[in-house]
Amino acid sequence: MNIFVCIKQVPNTTEVKWDLEKGTLIREGVESIVNPFDLYAVEEGLKIKEKIGGDTKVIAITMGPPQAKEALRDVIAMGADEGILVSDRAFAGADTLATSYSLYKAIEKMGDIGIILAGKQAIDGDTGQVGPGIASWFGYPQITYVKKIVEIKDNKMVAERLTDYGYDIVESELPVVLTVVKEINEPRLPSLRGKMKAKKFEPTVFTANDINADENRIGLQGSPTQVKKVFSPPKKEGGEKFEGEAEELSEILFGKLKELKIV
Amino acid sequence: MGLTGILVIEEQCTGCGVCVGACPFDAIKINDEGIAEIDEEKCTLCGACVDACPFDAIEMKRGESSVEIDKDDYSGVLTFGEINEGELSKVALEMLSVGREIADKRGVKLSSVLIGGKELEKHAKTMINHGADIVYYIEDESLFHFNDELYAEALGKLIEEVKPEVFIGGASAVGRALLPRVAATIKTGLTADCTELDIDNETGNLLQTRPAFGGNIMATILTPNHRPQIATIRPRVMPVPQETEKNGEIKKFDFDTTTFKLSKIIKEAVILSEEEVNLHEAEVIVSAGRGVGSKENLKLIYDFAKKLGAAVGASRAVVDAGWISYPHQVGQTGTTVAPKVYIACGISGAIQHQVGMRSSDIIIAINSDPEAPIFDIATYGFVGDLNKIIPELMKKI
Ligand SMILES: Cc1cc2nc3c(=O)[nH]c(=O)nc-3n(C[C@H](O)[C@H](O)[C@H](O)COP(=O)(O)OP(=O)(O)OC[C@H]3O[C@@H](n4cnc5c(N)ncnc54)[C@H](O)[C@@H]3O)c2cc1C
Ligand SMILES: Nc1ncnc2c1ncn2[C@@H]1O[C@H](COP(=O)(O)O)[C@@H](O)[C@H]1O
Repeated sequence: MNIFVCIKQVPNTTEVKWDLEKGTLIREGVESIVNPFDLYAVEEGLKIKEKIGGDTKVIAITMGPPQAKEALRDVIAMGADEGILVSDRAFAGADTLATSYSLYKAIEKMGDIGIILAGKQAIDGDTGQVGPGIASWFGYPQITYVKKIVEIKDNKMVAERLTDYGYDIVESELPVVLTVVKEINEPRLPSLRGKMKAKKFEPTVFTANDINADENRIGLQGSPTQVKKVFSPPKKEGGEKFEGEAEELSEILFGKLKELKIV
Repeated sequence: MGLTGILVIEEQCTGCGVCVGACPFDAIKINDEGIAEIDEEKCTLCGACVDACPFDAIEMKRGESSVEIDKDDYSGVLTFGEINEGELSKVALEMLSVGREIADKRGVKLSSVLIGGKELEKHAKTMINHGADIVYYIEDESLFHFNDELYAEALGKLIEEVKPEVFIGGASAVGRALLPRVAATIKTGLTADCTELDIDNETGNLLQTRPAFGGNIMATILTPNHRPQIATIRPRVMPVPQETEKNGEIKKFDFDTTTFKLSKIIKEAVILSEEEVNLHEAEVIVSAGRGVGSKENLKLIYDFAKKLGAAVGASRAVVDAGWISYPHQVGQTGTTVAPKVYIACGISGAIQHQVGMRSSDIIIAINSDPEAPIFDIATYGFVGDLNKIIPELMKKI
């Protein structure tokens, strides 16, 4: 059985700054990282493999430009068995629908699908749509915001998913698509052996042709959404700052809370 | 260059370099001839440069899509009336204010759909009284818990029949699981987590505005060639409309759940106390950082929050220390919140925390370190010991 983990290379958004004068992004020196949530997905994949054993393989898959191979290297170092790079000029400009279609075709080509893992969301787009999108293309069940896998047995799994009111305990048949949150585990650091393997690692590259993609479903052409305008958010500035004794400060704070009508 | 791609119109390019900075992917440089050059390996065709160019010198070409649909077949606005474990959610009502606005602008009807296990007619009436013209409800015992596949199937069927031009729902845990599944099933566009919606009356295009890149940029997104145009909207951004006694149509929508092969069941829904967890819907959040000092001291934060009727948030440091559970975590790897008032107690304000809360209307920070970065974004900053200030404050409330 194969466990697929979808990982995305993203700019470290905490380093991206907005140049107010020019109204543009300052990206100088911003590094690319593996989307933080995806590391939890990789860790969970590795854990599942360790638990069920047999000939289970953890296959990391990413769609992106050639340099996204670095992201695969990072997770190969953690212990992923294989890495697939879905890369072709024809994929560029993909929105979440086209991305999930392309990943679906690539995963389908690999076959022997047990579990497909994704992060809760990517920190650049923040949509969280790709996981459910993949599930929909396959017609597989999905469990989003998974915080714990309780058990996997006889082609079934039980997991806990976060909700707005607490959590649900969900039982699903395999294959299934999961999106995971940080609570699920603590991602391991790369081992020395992993690092050695990563150094020499070259991904299997899939082009649009390789995965038999319908050209109307990929890239810009397969993307129903279009970015019309990009602009800077209203600037947040520090306001008033108060120093003094606790008694005095609590008095001012009380006044502010009253003004805001929350006391 | 194929049919699709991005093109610099050399005659118009002045080499000003605005696009270089606008590119989130570091894919543009000004070449030796003083003209913008796009590195195709790095470019993702996001379009940021097209908009940024002051000289209209960058053009994006899209191939003709063969999956054209007849947009005139679609009309009206449909909202998702989210129900959690039998309770109509607040975000369901919030959708009606923005839905009403768009429907009125287009001169079309506003309808809503409810899916659940029981008492849907009662909820339907509430939706009508908050502004819906028509409410469809899909009721079956098996729909009591939120089951993604079953709900998506039912919604897909309804959308096929009702054919709305716009379909919106809350960007809640349910909305963010369900709507992407529906959008992929009917193969249309979905814009997540919008904070602003408008409609261009001429084209019928929904202008969907949302933050991206950790709130560093705002983007307006269109779905020009597909219908319905689907969007999820951040909870608490849109107001709950006034409730007035009103007439409207309530229609049962028949959906035979037995024809659908279910491969997943919800065994149990565990409901935790509401003021504790639901950060999305809270008007006020009191958030604890490592500066609180210990798990025991956290009681002060709980008591304070309770007095204000606020939800309790936390920094990752507090979650990682095991003082509080993960659903409380605000920030990049936790939850993004935007309450009316966010009170950060003993939180340094690391950028990963900031990206999750900086869109709050008012930020109040209590921190003993005058240099803490949280003060850079705090509306009101209090430099001092929270373990002294908060008890003093509570005496007054
Ligand atoms: C990939 C990644 C993702 C991350 N995601 C998140 C995230 O989602 N959310 C998040 O919060 N963090 C996140 N972090 C961690 C983040 O960088 C910070 O480490 C974290 O936010 C710090 O938490 P803190 O402010 O509570 O603790 P600290 O940084 O230790 O700050 C404690 C503050 O309390 C003040 N203080 C101490 N005693 C008192 C007192 N008695 N009264 C008043 N003030 C006092 C101190 O002056 C200090 O400013 C992430 C980090 C990484 C690398
Ligand atoms: N280009 C991509 N390649 C591989 N996985 C992706 C890609 N984009 C998104 N994902 C996966 O989908 C999750 C949600 O991403 P998003 O829908 O963009 O917020 C991520 O955490 C990844 O697991």
